[in-house]
Amino acid sequence: MSRRSKTWQSYPRIDSSEITPESVWLNRRNLMKAAAAGAGLTAVGEAVAQPKALKDLSFTEASDDTPFKATEDLTPYEAATTYNNFYEFGTDKSDPVRHADAMTTDPWEVKVGGLVNKPGTLHLEDVLSGFDLEERIYRFRCVEAWSMVVPWIGFPLSKLLERFEPKAEGKFIEFKTLYRRSEMRGTRSFTSIIDWPYREGLRMDEAMNPLTLMTVGLYGKTLPNQSGAPLRLIVPWKYGFKNIKSIVEINVTDRQPKTSWQDLAPQEYGFYANVNPEVSHPRWSQAWERRLPSSLFNPNRVRTQIFNGYAEQVAGLYKGMDLARFY
Amino acid sequence: MPAFIDVNGGNKSAVDGNAKTDKASSKITKLSVNRSPNWNSAIRVAVFLACLLPFMTLVEAVATNSLGPDPAEHLMHVTGEWVMRFLVLVLLATPLARNGWPRLARYRRMLGLYVWFYATLHLLVFAQVYIGWSGEQLIEELAERPYVLVGFSAWLILVPLGITSAHTIRKKMGRYWRQLHKLTYAVAILGWVHLLWLSRSDVGEAVIYGTVFVILLSYRVKIAFGKKSRIRAVAS
Repeated sequence: MSRRSKTWQSYPRIDSSEITPESVWLNRRNLMKAAAAGAGLTAVGEAVAQPKALKDLSFTEASDDTPFKATEDLTPYEAATTYNNFYEFGTDKSDPVRHADAMTTDPWEVKVGGLVNKPGTLHLEDVLSGFDLEERIYRFRCVEAWSMVVPWIGFPLSKLLERFEPKAEGKFIEFKTLYRRSEMRGTRSFTSIIDWPYREGLRMDEAMNPLTLMTVGLYGKTLPNQSGAPLRLIVPWKYGFKNIKSIVEINVTDRQPKTSWQDLAPQEYGFYANVNPEVSHPRWSQAWERRLPSSLFNPNRVRTQIFNGYAEQVAGLYKGMDLARFY
Repeated sequence: MPAFIDVNGGNKSAVDGNAKTDKASSKITKLSVNRSPNWNSAIRVAVFLACLLPFMTLVEAVATNSLGPDPAEHLMHVTGEWVMRFLVLVLLATPLARNGWPRLARYRRMLGLYVWFYATLHLLVFAQVYIGWSGEQLIEELAERPYVLVGFSAWLILVPLGITSAHTIRKKMGRYWRQLHKLTYAVAILGWVHLLWLSRSDVGEAVIYGTVFVILLSYRVKIAFGKKSRIRAVAS
């Protein structure tokens, strides 16, 4: 807790030695119950969007002294799930937690296709029960120069891809987020210039890297909607926007897929989007980050590391590439 | 004294035009003085406190640590928003004063100073949280991020505007004061460019402020041209 603001009070504190602090979940669960009870009393007969109940997950804990277990203090659950970018629900950081519960996540299907031998559909149940779940404590660096440390639960993307047997000519993976206007108020904005659905992509070797996680939970439970329920990508050495949420489609392709932010502002957001303090950005300094929670008098600024501190695991993927050009 | 921008200001006829307006405005002042001075100053204090309210709300939020995990972003956003809002208000004051709301003209100075106040807060939060008071990083930000340069320029322009808003200085400056304070429009335009540049995927806000500024600016231009043609008509 050494670097964390001492004045931070509105989020429950977590001892960094505690990997899965049950007290936090219990508190939240009680809060939700209380909120539900209150809503029931005040709004009889009115349909009130309730935060869905999150399920406990069983998983293997991350081993010490591996890149799968960052040693920094964890960002509290409340902070990690109330401060989000999920533009389908609005552009403000507090929009996702307020509006994402409108999204139906059960039933959920993920179509896997493109250059694979066995195209098919994954159902939510297959995802939750069909893979061995592991905990991964990763640093998360947003391109907006803030960062968190989050205990995710998931399984390597490579395990998923293997089931569908990518063909040899498959060089890239394309992902798409759910696009359902009726449930996603951000996609109904007249002034939004994003071409929905949100799209992201990885090179095949990036997708097969053991760090790359198909994520179904955080803090020991299934993902809340604002965090990208029920299935999202986490690629810890890349900027946050690569970590596409609420995935409904995965395609193996032979050419580099178009990605939403690159499409919108190619001079700002590249396909690779590797965390790199050397590559300047026209909006935010990439040399520093605010490790959240931050405060006005203790901003908690830390220096950004190349590949977000995962250089040992991933630098080899980009050998010989000009990272300033392929940002 | 309700001032308006005369785009052709500085030449003889424009000065005459101003003189006429000044006469008109002294009539307005006389009319509004009919209320008791106590009542007037009570309103003034109320307006002053109302403008301070956003700041007090932020102070309260910082003190109770209720701004969420990333207060920096929120503080930058909110102080920036208030700069834009006060810019709209200060630019609205004159047209409204000339069209049936003469009393608004006397709040123009206060509103203008609040633009400066919120812009300064915006800059202070930036210094504290984004660059950690490092001059080296300020230079880097100005060089690499054009929107920072634009915003900083707008703040720099506000400095002389703020200083010369003092009554005594204003009197000494005479007609140059009016010319200097036309720069308020430059601040508005720079502020708008700053906002537009920061829009990531949704240009809604930038569109709204842009529309308001275009309407206000074209009103001033229209008045200036109207005056010019009147003068020409008299001359012929």
